Amino acid sequence: MSDSGPRRSLVFERQMKHPPEKVWRALTESYLIAEWLMENDFVPKVGHRFTMRAVPLPGWSGIVNCEVLAVEPPHRLSYRWGDGTESDSGLVTVVTWTLTARDGGTLVRMEQSGFRAPDELAFKRMGKGWPRVLELLDNVAARTN
Amino acid sequence: MHVQPDHLFAALADPTRRSIFERLSRDGEQPVRALTAGAGVSQPAISKHLNVLKQAGLVRDRRAGRETHYSANPKALQPLVDWLSFYAAFWSQRLDELEDLLDRMDQ
Repeated sequence: MSDSGPRRSLVFERQMKHPPEKVWRALTESYLIAEWLMENDFVPKVGHRFTMRAVPLPGWSGIVNCEVLAVEPPHRLSYRWGDGTESDSGLVTVVTWTLTARDGGTLVRMEQSGFRAPDELAFKRMGKGWPRVLELLDNVAARTN
Repeated sequence: MHVQPDHLFAALADPTRRSIFERLSRDGEQPVRALTAGAGVSQPAISKHLNVLKQAGLVRDRRAGRETHYSANPKALQPLVDWLSFYAAFWSQRLDELEDLLDRMDQ
């Protein structure tokens, strides 16, 4: 596996009107996680390996193999999201939740980091071939639906 | 087989390989000889290109007698679908669900 090339992250920030302790429970208690995220066997213990389960998609088994990386109640929670075996693209990312008490509620920040950016040079070399590939992709999508 | 998007881009960056892949996608399975006939490139060169496409998972080969037949595997293009966009939509929706749940929890 190549580890070269830039990585991209997704960041969401939301002000929620509930205290950090309550948000923390929703992020770390298995039966509560199942209510808003996915079926899981999460335990808030560093090193614990768990799975998240959703409906499979073409190219993705619907299973995400995770491992707890950091547990600092009620402020910071981090887990590895994926181990590269679940999808054709071998996605491995890290999800980190940061909770900050603010205005009687909580600023909830979620970052998912480690997305592989397709090599820009390769993009350029593709040149006029790129629209054709997208057309092929559309065909694949149409057939797998 | 897990192929990185970079490898797919590299395999499809070459115009000869791209045209081979497109032809196999369009016309179905072909023996190497038929692919060579229309390409204006020598058979060893075509075989080399086919091997790169095979390593990238874009084509499959099947031995039939003394000939090797190749077919396209367009599903190999799926890693190029952007996971970032997928998860952007995914988390946006899940954070809505999280807020709903927090509203329903008693403390």
